Amino acid sequence: MKIQKILNILTLLTGAIAVTVTSLWIGKQAYSWLPPQAAAESLLIDDLISFLVTLGSFIFLGVTSTLMYSVIFHRAIKDDFTDGPAIEGNITLEVVWTAIPVLLVLWIAGYSYQVYEQMGIQGPSEIVHLHNPLGMESAYAEPKDAPANTLAEPVEKIDVLAKQWAWVFHYPERDITSTELHLPSDRRIRLALKSQDVLHGFYIPAFRLKQDIIPNHAIDFEFTPIRPGKYRLTDSQYSGTYFATMQANVVVESPEDYQQWLAQAATQKPSVAKNQAASEYAQTSNQSVQTGWVTVPPAAPPLVNSPG
Amino acid sequence: MTNVPIEGILLPDEKHNHESPSNWKEYFSFSTDHKVIGIQYLVTSFFFFLVGGIFAMVMRGELMTPESDLVDRTVYNGMFTMHGTVMLFLWTFPSLVGFANYLVPLMIGARDMAFPRLNAVAFWMVPVVGIIMMGSFFVPGGPAQAGWWSYPPVSLQNPTGNLINGQVLWLLAVAISGVSSIMGAVNFVTTIVKMRAPGMGFFKMPLFVWAVFSAQIIQLFGLPALTAGAVMLLLDLTAGTAFFDPAKGGNPVMFEHYFWFYSHPAVYVIILPIFGIFSEIFPVYSRKPLFGYKVVAVSSILIAVVSGIVWVHHMYVSGTPGWMRLIFMLTTMFVSVPTGIKVFAWVATIWGGKLRLNTPMLFALGALIMFVFAGITGIMLSSVPVDVHVNNTYFVVGHFHYVLYGTVTMGLYAAIYHWFPKMTGRMYSESWGKIHFWLAFIGTNLNFLPMHPLGLQGMLRRVASYAPEYQYWNIIASLGGFLLGMSTLPFIFNMVISWMQGEKAPANPWRAIGLEWLVSSPPPVENFEEIPIIVSEPYGYGKSEPLTANLPE
Repeated sequence: MKIQKILNILTLLTGAIAVTVTSLWIGKQAYSWLPPQAAAESLLIDDLISFLVTLGSFIFLGVTSTLMYSVIFHRAIKDDFTDGPAIEGNITLEVVWTAIPVLLVLWIAGYSYQVYEQMGIQGPSEIVHLHNPLGMESAYAEPKDAPANTLAEPVEKIDVLAKQWAWVFHYPERDITSTELHLPSDRRIRLALKSQDVLHGFYIPAFRLKQDIIPNHAIDFEFTPIRPGKYRLTDSQYSGTYFATMQANVVVESPEDYQQWLAQAATQKPSVAKNQAASEYAQTSNQSVQTGWVTVPPAAPPLVNSPG
Repeated sequence: MTNVPIEGILLPDEKHNHESPSNWKEYFSFSTDHKVIGIQYLVTSFFFFLVGGIFAMVMRGELMTPESDLVDRTVYNGMFTMHGTVMLFLWTFPSLVGFANYLVPLMIGARDMAFPRLNAVAFWMVPVVGIIMMGSFFVPGGPAQAGWWSYPPVSLQNPTGNLINGQVLWLLAVAISGVSSIMGAVNFVTTIVKMRAPGMGFFKMPLFVWAVFSAQIIQLFGLPALTAGAVMLLLDLTAGTAFFDPAKGGNPVMFEHYFWFYSHPAVYVIILPIFGIFSEIFPVYSRKPLFGYKVVAVSSILIAVVSGIVWVHHMYVSGTPGWMRLIFMLTTMFVSVPTGIKVFAWVATIWGGKLRLNTPMLFALGALIMFVFAGITGIMLSSVPVDVHVNNTYFVVGHFHYVLYGTVTMGLYAAIYHWFPKMTGRMYSESWGKIHFWLAFIGTNLNFLPMHPLGLQGMLRRVASYAPEYQYWNIIASLGGFLLGMSTLPFIFNMVISWMQGEKAPANPWRAIGLEWLVSSPPPVENFEEIPIIVSEPYGYGKSEPLTANLPE
């Protein structure tokens, strides 16, 4: 009897260790499921995702391995039609398994809050007029792991205009427009998001950042790109027929290259940008099933200094 | 089966049995029998499940390649809009209402619902909703293409210029469906409060009844908001009002609040009855009482209460100030507490039992595992910084398909198999049931698991074309989707053949405890010759106490 008990405890311990080690390993893998970390905010978010994946794996593996153990070892023997033990509950156990999720929730929420505060990504300025108790004033604080040479003060505000179905970027200091978003690396960026028609969403997966753009609302958005390269900006809020085509390039470059690009673009005469929605609308499409359902015509392709 | 010899004793008066629907025509008539209405709901909604499934197949076909090359973009947009709408308003809601209709009066020892005629009217609105929805394919411009959320201003754009267009029909159908559900909610709440058999206190009710009760309370406070939002949008679209139209000074974010105030709790309206089904099925096939019955019962009510304050988590990135994001993050995460209690209780019920892995148990176990997975991704989504990244991506799509297919649809299958002998008086084929389970379980995971890496990589939902690097996971998802579509074939085959010529079912083929198993299969029209007097709590497996004082066990 005593040996049986020791064996049970050993089994349980082995199981718990296996589940823990596996969860920690899965949590480490989480980083490889994500796009490159191109913004300071992405470092914070990826750590949070990895933490949640570790915790989630532990819970999932714990529950499923218990279930699987039952399914394998607690099967009724053929022709045994008797009932199992009539255990109706256990107050201690029930209190413990209520307390554990409560503590976990507080832990996850606390960590998420901390990350969110460090991101300081701003939001719709006109709605945030109350001095809320949660201290969003930290917006200009540097993200924790941002490189040391990051400047806390944002560079010039870049205007982002979303319309069906094109992105137009305006750099007010030099009065340049572009269909490609150029950003200096390691500088705090501030965007002013505007929509001409419907809801759109500003989303760069490599930055892990997203913000809806609402007509008639001025929305500020801040972040810090840290990794030079070319990324995709997509529309994340469904915006009608050519929703999927509403994409743009984001070019993160060194501040010197960025200045050079600005200077070079300022010399260009505005020309018509390429626009997939407009060209698809103009052509008869080559899909095998066509209904000819009418669609909202795309806005005219933008005239820009730098068509990208 | 031990209970077979007593079948005759249960209903000495066999003549009552002739009134149970023996003629298939009765299922096409205006019947006020809650059991007929229950089956009407189930069969109608299953038909629409197949329709919604075909839309999904078209979408998965389109997503096999990065380019938009199978269907026109407008068709694709119509497909995902109608897929979402049909699956929610014409499959999950009505099928669960069907089960509730069939089971609640039997489980609480009532002869029918409180308002049988209202019940029938509520059902007949469902085919009307379906006809309007499908009719929208034949108006100029095709069906609604603004997604099942129908956010303005996209939903207010009407390129055809016609007054009758897909979006108007869509809004009309949703409003009618809302009215039908409110009728149902009033009926269920009244029935459960007023018509329980003598001796059945609230803490002697089966957990399925608790779950239906909690879910229908959500309907009562939530549906008016959705229906009002739909009517206001309809007015914006047809009468030129400016509630939500930003071009005229309206606020589209207000619509999001109206919409999600109901449409998030709606998830609990769907999932709570599934939790109830789990709570009915696990004790039977584990031969153990439900662990922690009272706490599980109360947790349903807690979920209903918390569900009222979580809706903003759908709007973290749509112009919501920081303090509001954080408050709703906390409330959303707290849903996991009562839900966790339930999951632990089911695991403890199964632990140390004498398990029989019949088809209903397989489906319930598969659904529970997939629900735990969905719960974990749900917690991730409730965290604001994570949601900022994955909102509106396939991560969300994967998460809610684990809820709505992995848990709800699989749970519905568990329930269909479990109560099939009771409803039809015939046994289903166990081997076909198991084939169905394995196809569905593998198909679900192949279809919806790849959506998580896709979403983490940044692939957006609702796109007809995508960047080539997403193709690998999309092909796997599509193949899983086609397998899932095929998995319904053995099910349909099994159900039709078994209903026509299956082995005759005894009153209680699973040796289950519960009032519905005390009456013949199928039950007589009036359910109980004599109203039962309840003397003990449900789920007395392993104890030999009787459930009722006046009916033979």
